[in-house]
Amino acid sequence: MSATVNAGKKAATYVDDRFASANFFKRSLGKVFPDHWSFMLGEIALYSFIVILLSGTFLTFWFKPSMVEVIYDGSYAPLKGVEMSEAYASTLDISFDIRGGLLMRQIHHWAALFFVAAISVHLLRVFFTGAFRKPREFNWLIGVGLLTLALVAGFAGYSLPDDLLSGTGLRIAQGIMLSIPLVGTYLSWFVFGGEFPGTDIISRLYAVHILLVPGIILALVTAHLIMVWYQKHTQYPGPGRTNENVVGYRLMPIYMAKAGGFFFAVFGITTLVAGLVTINPIWAYGPYTPDQVTAGSQPDWYIGWLEGALRLMPNVETVIFGFTISWNIFIPAAVVPGLVFTAMALYPWFESWVTGDTKEHHILDRPRNNPTRTGIGVMALTFYILLWIGGGNDLIARFFDVSVNAITWFLRIGIFVLPPIAFVITKRICLSLQRRDREKLLHGRETGQILRLPHGEFIEIHGPISVEERAVLLSKPEVEPLALPPTEDANGVKNKKAGRNRLRSRLSNWFYGDNIPLPTPEELAAADAHLAHEIEQTTPVLDEATALRVGTPGVIADEGVLHDDPKLVAAARDAARTIEAERGENKS
Amino acid sequence: MTDNSPTPQSSSAAETGTDVVARNQGHDIPGLPPHRPRQTDIDPRAAKRAERQVALMFLASALMTVLFVIAFVQIPTTDTWPVPFFNATINASNTALGVTFGLAIFFIGAGAIQWAKKLMPDKEVVQLRHPLKSTQQERDEAAEVFWDGADESGFGQRKIIRRSLLLAMGLFPIPLVVMLRDLAPGPLDLGVLKETLWEEGSRIVTDPLERPVRPADVPIGGVVSAMPANLTEVQHEEGNLNARAKAAIILVRMAPEDIQSQQGEGWDYQGILAFSKICTHVGCPIALYQQRTHHLLCPCHQSTFDLSDSGNVVFGPAARALPQLPITVDEEGFLIARSDFDQPVGPSFWERDR
Repeated sequence: MSATVNAGKKAATYVDDRFASANFFKRSLGKVFPDHWSFMLGEIALYSFIVILLSGTFLTFWFKPSMVEVIYDGSYAPLKGVEMSEAYASTLDISFDIRGGLLMRQIHHWAALFFVAAISVHLLRVFFTGAFRKPREFNWLIGVGLLTLALVAGFAGYSLPDDLLSGTGLRIAQGIMLSIPLVGTYLSWFVFGGEFPGTDIISRLYAVHILLVPGIILALVTAHLIMVWYQKHTQYPGPGRTNENVVGYRLMPIYMAKAGGFFFAVFGITTLVAGLVTINPIWAYGPYTPDQVTAGSQPDWYIGWLEGALRLMPNVETVIFGFTISWNIFIPAAVVPGLVFTAMALYPWFESWVTGDTKEHHILDRPRNNPTRTGIGVMALTFYILLWIGGGNDLIARFFDVSVNAITWFLRIGIFVLPPIAFVITKRICLSLQRRDREKLLHGRETGQILRLPHGEFIEIHGPISVEERAVLLSKPEVEPLALPPTEDANGVKNKKAGRNRLRSRLSNWFYGDNIPLPTPEELAAADAHLAHEIEQTTPVLDEATALRVGTPGVIADEGVLHDDPKLVAAARDAARTIEAERGENKS
Repeated sequence: MTDNSPTPQSSSAAETGTDVVARNQGHDIPGLPPHRPRQTDIDPRAAKRAERQVALMFLASALMTVLFVIAFVQIPTTDTWPVPFFNATINASNTALGVTFGLAIFFIGAGAIQWAKKLMPDKEVVQLRHPLKSTQQERDEAAEVFWDGADESGFGQRKIIRRSLLLAMGLFPIPLVVMLRDLAPGPLDLGVLKETLWEEGSRIVTDPLERPVRPADVPIGGVVSAMPANLTEVQHEEGNLNARAKAAIILVRMAPEDIQSQQGEGWDYQGILAFSKICTHVGCPIALYQQRTHHLLCPCHQSTFDLSDSGNVVFGPAARALPQLPITVDEEGFLIARSDFDQPVGPSFWERDR
């Protein structure tokens, strides 16, 4: 062992002599990260990306990005002798003749699906907890960029095998390009090297898919992580957690083991799924030809919402001065996604403008404590899901035996009606939850224990909430809508910005106007005293095992919850006594 | 990277338990609760058990790696295994390799996580954050360094250098863009988008069997995918997909009295109608024909065309009717085209109607 330590020492000295790295290692290895399951979502995305890079590199050793027509002569009997592109033939070879090739292909595809899914859920987590607020706006922006690139990488990737399904996807992409006013036809002409499909697109997409897009993703992921590292991770409110500290575990050893282990877990599960569940069976679709298609053609899940937008749009096309504008394609396929991504990218600046908030935020919001933001998020999510459903309207029609026209019309109307309803409902739920939180602070939690008083009355015993919950509830940030701007200043000079600021104040009222405030310290003190009294009254009637003991005002030390192991209970009881004794000393 | 985290020693002050560490709107927020020992912290037997679990998982991983190599060598890629309870088979090699490799990786992760959760210390540590902004003095100094340098460079005073540099910098990316021109070599002849292989007298052949079609081959209610006979001439030069993408048609036959309208007078032949098979929305081939209603449905985005009524759109996002191909028969009695389509087929584009 000491030989290893010695060797390590030597190596460390060698490196430090050249890079003065000791300080960096000292700080980095001791760095503290907060712990929460939702912080693993971004990790899943990162690890999926690494899995994609590894498996993708494998695939490049055999895949031939060429559209030269060849006659297939591999081991998949049904396609023997069929004319197809080299790209498709080499993908068949990977699937049927290269040992482990199918596994790598399926790992690659599954990991890509997980990658986008993890990014999306991570984005929702960041949005609903307000993690994008100052100082992290630019990391949000990078995140939106990464999501966009992930979609591009995914689309480019599943277009490469040149099977019937991927070719149909490319055909649709080309139709969308054509719909761009003025430049669309030329754009398509240059991208495809002439008419559709031409013989260039696969090799071009290949460069985009294996070099250009992943290169940018890699650079942005690096920037994303450096920012997380440098600005430190946000944390949820809780006991001991403030805007000025980070409470959690050190990188060395906890996160080395946990995060490192989690990479292997993600990789392992992806591989298991790839070994057990077929994805994108290109051999079943046949080679691409522009005059054939299979019914029920579906893109990968993350393109579904754009597909849905295309399906739902009414058929409007105009010819102005002899020029054709396909609104039916351009709006759903270019304008809608453009607006969605722009709105998403700019949201942090919109919110800080509306709320006038310029503070640094390192404690995450509970979604209920920002009902308007949460409402906006659920509204956007509803919009997205409706489009996504639209992308599968034919499958829904088939499985549920409803008319595809009825589904389409329902969604065409629903896309405008349902998101605002979702907003209102969400906001109301958030406000109700805020009220419940206030209730809990003022009246304690419901224990579910009913007590019959000597004179026959039944009451439910309220217990104090735990120290953790109390800390969380008391951390509710104070928010206040911006006041209306003065129309003129003290000297009677007109305020030129009054109009804009009035709008801002109104938006700010919409944002924060119906916030449920925390109880005041006086209200809370009275409530604590009341609760302590209530417990004092009820405790003698209860047996020892279920007795509630008051540790500190409003804090419960409930022995039953720890463990049934008598040794543990004893240890916990000792700990609780020590705390109480200390507290008693502090008070006196 | 400059990370100003306090060194490990400095963080213990705030760890001690339920001290009040923060205030919010007049309330004291309780500090960290006292650390609760895990079973592995107080019971050596539990710790030993956890240690064995971790080691077992690492050993399981090693075993799986060995099994992977055996499976790789032993199982041919063409073998299949039956799936219990499902009437199906799976690829034996893929399944064996995936399961062994997947478990080999997964057990490393599971072991490491178990190790961290059960045996490594789980006492939370507090580190302080520092405001992200620099002090005013630092900002001033940075600005000073910048402006000193800028002054020394003379970028501000030497107008001619500045302007010529800006000019050069503005121009130099142009070649990078210009060179993209030959992404589509040769003349930009968009006219070909408006032409297909069909011309007067082109024989209609079935696709893929390439057999000429007699009217009797298409029964009422029947539907046939077809191509021009001269498609075979462009075959194998650079593939014929570009030609296919425009020339594909669909032949349907209905009782002549069912035909409500056509795009041209008498473009059918005894109730046989020929329409472009390429959707006018974004170009998917349209293949789902409903005999009773004469509706043709695009499987991609559900645009629906009524072939008995000039191929007009009855539902969905497509904006234009499917172009109709005028047909007749030649002296040998085979169906032929009377001309090319009278409009571009497929998705709309900016110059379509020019």
